[in-house]
Amino acid sequence: MGVTAHVSPRTTKTRRASRVGDRVLFGLCALAGVIVAITLVDLGYQLVINAKPSIDRFGFGFLGHEAWAPNFKVFGAADMLYGTAVSSAMALVIGAPLGIAIAIYLSMIAPRRVSAIVGPLVEMLAAVPSIIYGFWGVIVLAPFIQRIEPGLHSALGFIPLFGSPQTTGISVFTAGLVLTLMILPIVSSLCRDLFLTVPRELTEGAEALGATRWEIIRGIVLPSTISGVSAATVLGLGRALGEAIAVSLVIGDANGIHASLFQPGSTLAERIANQFPSPVNSLHTASMFYAGLLLLVICLLTSLGARAIAGRFDVERRYARAATA
Amino acid sequence: VSGIGHTLSPGDPPLFDPTAPLTATGNLRWRAIVSRLVDSGASVAALIAVVMLGFVVYGVVSRGASALSLAFVFTNPQGLVGGGILNSLLGTVEIVMIGALIAAPLGVLTGLYLTEFAGRRSRTGRAMAVALDVLQGVPTIVTGLFIYGLIVIPAHAESGIAAAVALAIVMLPLMARASQEVLLLVPGTLREAADSLGVARWRAVLTVIVPAAAGGIVTGMILATARAAGETAPLLICNSIYNPLTTQLNPFKGVPSVPMLIYTSYDLAVPEALVRLWGAAFILLVGILAANILARLLLARSRAKMGGA
Repeated sequence: MGVTAHVSPRTTKTRRASRVGDRVLFGLCALAGVIVAITLVDLGYQLVINAKPSIDRFGFGFLGHEAWAPNFKVFGAADMLYGTAVSSAMALVIGAPLGIAIAIYLSMIAPRRVSAIVGPLVEMLAAVPSIIYGFWGVIVLAPFIQRIEPGLHSALGFIPLFGSPQTTGISVFTAGLVLTLMILPIVSSLCRDLFLTVPRELTEGAEALGATRWEIIRGIVLPSTISGVSAATVLGLGRALGEAIAVSLVIGDANGIHASLFQPGSTLAERIANQFPSPVNSLHTASMFYAGLLLLVICLLTSLGARAIAGRFDVERRYARAATA
Repeated sequence: VSGIGHTLSPGDPPLFDPTAPLTATGNLRWRAIVSRLVDSGASVAALIAVVMLGFVVYGVVSRGASALSLAFVFTNPQGLVGGGILNSLLGTVEIVMIGALIAAPLGVLTGLYLTEFAGRRSRTGRAMAVALDVLQGVPTIVTGLFIYGLIVIPAHAESGIAAAVALAIVMLPLMARASQEVLLLVPGTLREAADSLGVARWRAVLTVIVPAAAGGIVTGMILATARAAGETAPLLICNSIYNPLTTQLNPFKGVPSVPMLIYTSYDLAVPEALVRLWGAAFILLVGILAANILARLLLARSRAKMGGA
């Protein structure tokens, strides 16, 4: 190629062109980064200024106040915070172990061909839109829940969580199950990728020493990936906390704090989805912005928390994988 | 065990019986049982996930298939329950495309910044990675509220463009992350080869690195776009006021969309509206799953190509 002949005496013209080109490309890339940063800052700003009337009126009392009565201009988020916590906790309690188990199956138990089919199928659960989960939940799942509630109540009724059954199947319990389905693919695919990065020497060494598969999982795979697994779980939690549409269809958007999971309830995101399009007064809108602000803060903390937990670990693994690939 | 220092008498059982069957006993057997139980537990967990996916897809397909017809796809709705969903389909395509056109360049440029310009230890690079993580963690309903404050309130009107911008914010971190991951996979030897030929950085990026990663980048874009197509929360906040009966392609007006059609059909509480709901849900779900499968095939192909290089 002709290029080699011209390397040292490059004409000033091409050098200038290359310098300008580099600057332009760098400028565009940096601009994109600046836009991301501005978006994030403005996001917080818009929520604060639009929530301001409600913040001025209720202050931090909003968090502990249980009433939500748009007609009387009284707003509090306590029951939404409770509903958000309970429904997400339920999703996590069921979804995290199930997701980790699926990841174990895909990375260690299933034959390669099987996991090449089952893995993508599980990930498809993440592709299903939340509105479809919502309608499936309300039309297919809720009637089923309604039928099994009495059984659960009579078997586990001594735990306050399984209170007396309702007639509709619209409940925190149903919402928790729908959220479980939604976080399952997140936890399982992240954990599977983590488990696959565990060095073969370690697992094979243990196998050579006569460890069973469970002993390898418990003694080597889980301890060496525990931070990543926790981070994956927290990311799943973040998804559950912020889900609006699916939950708004199955939880009932009801006020009040109930011990029983079979009662309808509300979450921060769900309340906004349900009531934002038809506000009763401007304080109602502002209070929903306030709820959105709370949700933003919670999700901010979960994302940063997941990052902190995964820490250096994740980055090193990723680079290691990129280097070997 | 205590064989040393005392002699075996002829009546004692032999210390090692070579004819005994090789079955685990005691502790070893217990360990094998536990491991077997964990194996089957994990397999059952995977089975549960696949079966649930089957339930959801079957639930939608079995109810939606009966609503489908050419007229359902190619005519506008007539009245509250009759007719098709053409206007909503067109509106969704328009909103999602506008959003993707905004998000795609920003996402690829951000990915390029992270891989080509910010070093591994660079502070700005790390800050941007955190910003993308946080942005990805923002619930879509909050994104909707943000755009409501940013665009809908100043414009005094809900609009398709507001929803498109909200969807762009949903897509942006997904596209940036996907681009970053694929760009990291481009072999360092390609960059070094370009450098050694004296190719300017920007030319190397545009003619060598990005083309090498193109398959993965496109895959990321398809996945992010499919994700955004099913988003309902931002539409509900920013684009919920529109005429449901006519086609509206002016993005500065309220534009009908498939997710909103599904969401509002439920409130009508008449059986015919439910038929339309499931028909629309069927088209939405099949479209999104098809896009996912397509993206996967594309990724497998580009991986194979890159592995060969």
